[in-house]
Amino acid sequence: MKLSRERLIQSDGAVSVLVVFLGFLVGTILIALVGKNPLNMYKAILQALSGYNIDNGKMNIRYIAETINYSVPFILCGLSMGFANRVGLFNIGGEGQYIMGMTIAQMVALLGPQVQGLHWVLAILCAIIIGSLWGGLVGVLKAKYEVSEVVSTIMLNYIALYLSRIITLQMPGATTYKTANFPETALITNDFFTKVTNYSLLNNGIFMMIIAVIVFWFIMEKTSLGFGMRATGFNKEAARASGIPVVKSIALSMAIAGAFAGLAGGIVALGSFKYGRVLSGMDNYGFDGIAVALVGNSTALGTALAGLLFGMLKNAQALMQSKQIPKEITFIIQGMIVIFIALRSALILYQQYLDKKKLQKEVGVK
Amino acid sequence: MSEYAIEMKNITKTFPGVVANDKVTLQVRKQEIHALLGENGAGKSTLMSILFGSYIADSGEILLDGEPVEIKNPNVATSLGIGMVHQHFKLVQNFTVTENIVLGMEPVKGRVLDLKSASKRVAELSKQYGLQVDPDALIEDISVGQQQRVEILKTLYRNANIIIFDEPTAVLTPQEIDELMEILKALRAEGKTIVLITHKLREIKEVSDRCTVLRRGTYIGTVNVSDVSEQELAEMMVGRAVKFEIEKPEKLPGEVMLSLQHLEVKDENGAVKIKDLNLDIHDGEIVGVAGVDGNGQSELLGAITGLLPLSGGSIILDGEHIEQLSIRERIEKGLGYIPEDRRKYGVVGEFSIAENSAIKSYYKSPFRKKFGILDFEAMKKEAEHLIDQFDIRSAEGPVTKAGSLSGGNQQKVIVAREISLSPKVLVVAQPTRGLDVGAIEYIRKRIIDERMKGRAILLVSLELDEIMNLCDRIATISKGSIVAVNKQHEVTEREIGMMMAGSHKEAQA
Repeated sequence: MKLSRERLIQSDGAVSVLVVFLGFLVGTILIALVGKNPLNMYKAILQALSGYNIDNGKMNIRYIAETINYSVPFILCGLSMGFANRVGLFNIGGEGQYIMGMTIAQMVALLGPQVQGLHWVLAILCAIIIGSLWGGLVGVLKAKYEVSEVVSTIMLNYIALYLSRIITLQMPGATTYKTANFPETALITNDFFTKVTNYSLLNNGIFMMIIAVIVFWFIMEKTSLGFGMRATGFNKEAARASGIPVVKSIALSMAIAGAFAGLAGGIVALGSFKYGRVLSGMDNYGFDGIAVALVGNSTALGTALAGLLFGMLKNAQALMQSKQIPKEITFIIQGMIVIFIALRSALILYQQYLDKKKLQKEVGVK
Repeated sequence: MSEYAIEMKNITKTFPGVVANDKVTLQVRKQEIHALLGENGAGKSTLMSILFGSYIADSGEILLDGEPVEIKNPNVATSLGIGMVHQHFKLVQNFTVTENIVLGMEPVKGRVLDLKSASKRVAELSKQYGLQVDPDALIEDISVGQQQRVEILKTLYRNANIIIFDEPTAVLTPQEIDELMEILKALRAEGKTIVLITHKLREIKEVSDRCTVLRRGTYIGTVNVSDVSEQELAEMMVGRAVKFEIEKPEKLPGEVMLSLQHLEVKDENGAVKIKDLNLDIHDGEIVGVAGVDGNGQSELLGAITGLLPLSGGSIILDGEHIEQLSIRERIEKGLGYIPEDRRKYGVVGEFSIAENSAIKSYYKSPFRKKFGILDFEAMKKEAEHLIDQFDIRSAEGPVTKAGSLSGGNQQKVIVAREISLSPKVLVVAQPTRGLDVGAIEYIRKRIIDERMKGRAILLVSLELDEIMNLCDRIATISKGSIVAVNKQHEVTEREIGMMMAGSHKEAQA
């Protein structure tokens, strides 16, 4: 029993599961406190997860597809935060990198060569590249001039937002909130998915997301590059003294992190919308990615699972509202999860306290 | 009236994971110098922190002069007449001696600070106990030895009758140590009771009346110092017979392997930390750098390894200039480094032994395969080999996290890694700091082995004993320059101490 509790506290994965459970527990209590039936929240969640509507017994696979589709940008932005985090950096700039990726993808979609099979590839590639430049810039500033990545990414988020507006307003057919429609060749919609899932927005982005998760895992856990990065993240001084090029690791990690977020922007632009958006505010995927990475412990698989959780919550929002549950409860659950993750150290202290008690018993202190 | 000034009975104190004190008893007579002896982690500092109120014991009782007392915090200890001179001084650098002494109990005239009378009282005290120090000097302007006197005066100013010294000689030159010994005797003569925490046997023999030995948190015994030899004390401390002398076979040094020429290093603010430093190290010899802490040793290490930028001079390794090379390139040229702060620079705590063993060579064959994929199995195999060869004790073998190892075993991981890379030059900083006697013996033996293999070794250490024992030649560093280089048998500890303190003596070798 004791051993299992120790194991639990030491295992990052187990703590994440526990924390998610606690988050839901708090959410449930809150709903009950405002006089609603918490069961309705779980009905909505069940529907978002399985497509099954328990109230009328109808099944609609579209809900599952939407959950997955919503989770794609969460997962990619989570990978962005997570990758930098593994190298010891706090990438708050996922939002800016995402916006830049989206903006460039929209631009290429509207102005690029309308060649089947090339157009969208080009748009996605440009999104990845601009994201990695946007992130890499922060990395270089950090590595060469010791500029805090937290400050520079926050600033670059705003620059990205307003730059995006300036650029998009110049696009063909631009009004105050949208551009002309994208040509068919630029879209990443998947006709098969659309048909099978009752016209959900699920698109080819899911494949790119899966590849990104694999790339993250491969670089971080398997390669020489990842080894140097992990060493840098754990102990920068020891890594440097051991000859690991930490400056390069830091700059490169931010570029790779930016690429993930840029890809997210490209996928949302070409998959979920059929026209360019003139942003009036941020989409917040980049910021939510921070929470996703925290819950996922900055590992590839953990981030993918945490991203699915966040996608599911987002999809469940509309369903909850239709069942008179305020959708804000999902934000509270997300927030509680992040707070509980941060309380992880309290769990460790608790374990130490128990160890101490045990030790005192052994040596006979009353 | 009790025979004892201090009695600590059956003191037990636990921390998460360790029993620091297990029913420890300490009885200190009035007006004696009582040594508290033990290895690192034996529980000496914990016991004294309990006496000083920094920690509360889980169980046990404390009696002062026969009266049971409850020491909840250091203020209570101070009011009971207990003072403590910490190993790391707690002084405000840009305050004067007097200001530091009165800090926290400033004398006032009306509502105005009365430093004049305080200064007078400090002068009286320093005269009474032979603690010469200028009451109006700034702390940053006086030597480490004098700063220690300020700490002692602080306790006296608060009317301490019992003074605890925590490893007081660790930061002092041999001359300053002699002076401290005289001060301790003077304090005893004036009626003070002194507890001296130390692991240096010679000091105990020199000044203490009685000695209590702790080992791994338990009480081993209390002896009259005059009745026992250093050897016997050492055996009580370690729990087995110890060898003091290191066997070091003769070896003639060969070619110059590392040559430092006119080195200059500046810190971030442009202050010169090393100036015109010259030193040659031949293969097959160990050259020691002796000096008081803060005289440029860390900067010297940083300059050689590439961790700090050099502002002038050359470093020539086996005939090649390396001062412009990156850290990794220097390692590839054959520079090995065993750093001073092993947790900060030596190992990545969250990495396994296998990963730490490979951390300087992971990017090359046999660890790196096609497309940059790493062969973690090969790392584990290599680590198993090193674990065997260097007797590294771990819970789970190659996959054990380095952070969970004891200090001695962490050091063995580092030594194993550096030696396995077959460096031409091995730079070693404070290799035995904080290790137990067994690990110290082992690490020193390995360093000698490397010398016998013909490697050039530069040893930087604050422990003069270690330098005298291990080195063939000794370079004394003071204020960022080498002031003299002497053959080991041609110089005494005293002479090195003089040079460390900055008094000049021409180089002899």
